Amino acid sequence: MTDATQHNLPPGPIIKGKLSRDDIIMRGSMVVIGLYLLITMVFPLYAMLSKSFSTFQFDLSSYEVQVSDETGTTFSNPISLNDLNEQLKVLEDSDMIAGSDGRLGVTQFFPDFSFRSPVKYRIRNTTDEGRFLVGSTLTDSTDWVELDSNTFRRVQLRPVKSIGFGNFQSYFDTPALSNSIKNSVLIATISTIVTVTLAFWFAFALSRSCMRFKGLFRLIAMAPILVPSLLPGIALVYLFGNQGMLKELLFGASIYGPIGIVIGSVFFTFPHAFLIISTALAISDGRLYEAATSLRATPWRTFWTVTIPGARYGLVSAAFVVFNLVITDFGLPKVIGGQFNVLAVDIYKQVIGQQNFEMGAVVSVVLVLPAILAFAIDRFVQSKQVALLSARSVPYQPKPNKKADWILFSYASLIGIFIIGMLAVCQFAALVKFWPYDLSFSLNNYQFDRMDGGGWGAYYNSIKLGLLTAIVGTAIIFFGAYLVEKSNGFRTGRAIFQMFAMLPMAIPGMVLGLAYIFFFNNPANPLHAIYGTMAILVVCTVTHFYTVSHLTATTALQQMDREFESVSASLKQPTLKLFGRVTVPVCLPSILDISIYLFVNAMTTVSAVVFLYSPTTSLASIAVLNMDDAGDIAPAAAMGMMIFYTNAGARIFHLIASRGILSRTQAWRNR
Amino acid sequence: MPFDGSEPYLKIENLWKAFGKFLALKDVSLEIHEGELICFLGPSGCGKTTLLRAIAGLDLQTKGSVHQGGKDVSNLPPSERDFGIVFQSYALFPNLTIEKNVAFGLENTGRSKVEITDRVSELLAMVGLADQSKKYPAQLSGGQQQRIALARAIATNPGLLLLDEPLSALDAKVRVYLRHEIKELQRKLGVTTVMVTHDQEEALAMADRIVVMKDGVIEQVGTPTEIYSTPKTLFVADFIGEMNQIPATAGPSGAVSFGNGTMKSLSHNFPEGHPIIAAIRPEDVIPHGDEAHVLGSDDVVETEENALEVVVSEMEFLGSFWRCRLQHKRFGESELIADFSINAVRRLSLAEGGTMTVELPKNRLMAFERPEAVE
Repeated sequence: MTDATQHNLPPGPIIKGKLSRDDIIMRGSMVVIGLYLLITMVFPLYAMLSKSFSTFQFDLSSYEVQVSDETGTTFSNPISLNDLNEQLKVLEDSDMIAGSDGRLGVTQFFPDFSFRSPVKYRIRNTTDEGRFLVGSTLTDSTDWVELDSNTFRRVQLRPVKSIGFGNFQSYFDTPALSNSIKNSVLIATISTIVTVTLAFWFAFALSRSCMRFKGLFRLIAMAPILVPSLLPGIALVYLFGNQGMLKELLFGASIYGPIGIVIGSVFFTFPHAFLIISTALAISDGRLYEAATSLRATPWRTFWTVTIPGARYGLVSAAFVVFNLVITDFGLPKVIGGQFNVLAVDIYKQVIGQQNFEMGAVVSVVLVLPAILAFAIDRFVQSKQVALLSARSVPYQPKPNKKADWILFSYASLIGIFIIGMLAVCQFAALVKFWPYDLSFSLNNYQFDRMDGGGWGAYYNSIKLGLLTAIVGTAIIFFGAYLVEKSNGFRTGRAIFQMFAMLPMAIPGMVLGLAYIFFFNNPANPLHAIYGTMAILVVCTVTHFYTVSHLTATTALQQMDREFESVSASLKQPTLKLFGRVTVPVCLPSILDISIYLFVNAMTTVSAVVFLYSPTTSLASIAVLNMDDAGDIAPAAAMGMMIFYTNAGARIFHLIASRGILSRTQAWRNR
Repeated sequence: MPFDGSEPYLKIENLWKAFGKFLALKDVSLEIHEGELICFLGPSGCGKTTLLRAIAGLDLQTKGSVHQGGKDVSNLPPSERDFGIVFQSYALFPNLTIEKNVAFGLENTGRSKVEITDRVSELLAMVGLADQSKKYPAQLSGGQQQRIALARAIATNPGLLLLDEPLSALDAKVRVYLRHEIKELQRKLGVTTVMVTHDQEEALAMADRIVVMKDGVIEQVGTPTEIYSTPKTLFVADFIGEMNQIPATAGPSGAVSFGNGTMKSLSHNFPEGHPIIAAIRPEDVIPHGDEAHVLGSDDVVETEENALEVVVSEMEFLGSFWRCRLQHKRFGESELIADFSINAVRRLSLAEGGTMTVELPKNRLMAFERPEAVE
């Protein structure tokens, strides 16, 4: 009879499906959003990468000069500048390295040069590559140019561009720069160990004990997410700085440096680690604990054989997230780092301080590598985590244990005091007239318009940025995620899109910001117009925080019945009608979550936008940075706390609004 | 070419579906007539759902053609085909009320608001849920949700109704009730219907014709009685209903040999001595009393060679009948399973350990190719 193995697909063409109007609309939209990501992320990163490989050098061998006698009529034989330099040893090889705007005067090769002498000079390029300036006129021909001595002193050589590892070479040859790698990795490692340990026990206390005020502690633990990472730095200055309240506790060590960065990093990464670990602990199966009890395992043994294995993916994942946050953070080391150089600040210093964009690009590339590695490992670990969940798991119910509950409560209180304390110090500093000499309260520090940094305008700009990012970003990201999840066929396109959507998480903000300079500040770019506007800040922030939002949207969409689209198509209804009538209303809770996430992050972000703001679009978080830089630490603290209150307010508003909207639109959830 | 009804309504020709290297459908051809209710039946992974999704255009076949109502729809997207579909999950829109769910497909079709409302009420009345129109799907029972999904699928009067395991998420009782309901509704509307199921009872009860599938190939197409009483392959015989399988060799046509004897059977085409499986359904085994051989008795054995004196080794009461395990040296180690009515058991006063005479009627004893793998 029929034997399956004998069958083979007959030759001939494979059936190509005709695309429906919906297919075309959905693919078209996906291409549009894909292009958006291409332009706002891939192209800028490419521009930055190619910048890091372009080196500029003065090539003395491509110039020849002749010098006349006193009469200015008889000239010496032509001699190359390179030969001249070898005779005179004016410049070293290292002096030949230049930036794209480098200029090299030529008179230094003529020791007896005087601009008053009647001696005349001739100079020419020996190759087509050579270029030099006379005043501001560029000469790139190989013809001789004859100049009197007064004009000759205005001759400047221009560097030659080439592609290669030269920038990296000089980066690693400069200890002041390459030491930052060691510093950054060291700081990130220490902070990771400390944060993950503290967060684990905090999450453990909340999920495995019967202590009181769990809700309050959860709230406190999440507070640092609402402030820029600079703020703990400012608090530490007040606590342990040169005139700090608790300076003696450091026993002479300086807070400006690794100690400060680690303490501050623990503060601002704590909520991230706590969230991940408490999720991991929450999915542990209560039946395992019952089994352990019935086998008479000691609590210590249960801890090591049940609790830790259950949470291990969460711990690893938290560790990489924290490592990534610390190593890419710019605000905190900028404020409290002192002379201790780290990669993210190096980028800023190279670009803003020294205008050496190529070197900034090199440091960015160096910074991207560990960040991408940490990101990749984290994704890998998270993909493993899923398998741990089972529908039959029973949530663990802790039993009261007076002693353990008290110990864990005290521990959680210490963490709570640490977090609240840091915020309280900032608020106190903001209200005090002049620390530490005049401790009377005033609102002077809130007169931002009198300080550098953009004043109250910056604050309103931040709110504007937050709202625009939340609205534009949520729309783009959710729709993009819908297209990836629910369109038919087009596998390659969807895979590429998915990859684009995951990439932003691996790109540190500083790197993204710098990449935007290279890409959008290029006059040849038709999108140059958005440079320096609010638009580029919105675009950059949306892209910067794309991945987490995309994942939230994807998770929500995956919980929708896969057949909705099929049913809608069989009923001959446009997919976009289904999207509007069913998908969006059902996913509304997640959509609101995405928007508040984007708003809060737009309010606090410093790293990406620090390269992109203009005087009219300064932001509150940037103002904190700049006021701190200018020594106005108290106003900086005041502005930082304004961000905190705004975000806290937004959170509360979000909570109330969600409740309201949900009760009206999600009636179907109640049986 | 307009559809005139003489042609089959749905014509599937040489359909292939490849998922990478795996072939889910292999050269499947099938004709379905207008107004028929067809069941695709088979174990999971046999390709029945793949075939349904190819008919709907949800997952396009790799090769082959599908004609619906005389029109080639082989490469059309679902939205350009004419069908309504009910999924196992029902896929009801959770945030829309029952009436809005049903009305979903009626919108943007040139119907006025009043027409839509009327049609929705008519449909809800048809499925017996007129009073539930303002509720949300989550507030209904599984069976009610199923009926709403059905109402939504037939709202636009599609030419073809596709049901993908529509009953498998329901309780046994509701399932039996609903399969009657669906059959009734289908008859009333006269809509050509294709239903996918792995439940043979469902297929036997509902289908006009059953398509039995295995490993991407159609094993047999036929009415429920045909499929049940004259299965074409051992797989069909075994998958639908119970079947005794006795390793045997082919005798001359119309006979099979096992143990050291020969029995008369349905005619077959195997050469003499070919290894086969002799098969008979448990309910086809006829019980006779001790007096079966006595002339003039009521219990007359029709075919002397097909009668065996067996030992009843085990009896299991299954409510409406007894399932008995019968031993005879000609079966070797395996036992013959026979279902006897309660009356017969009482009349013959059967008990475990007792002996009795059974007949394997020759027009019920079938011969199938013996699979190579020894079980």
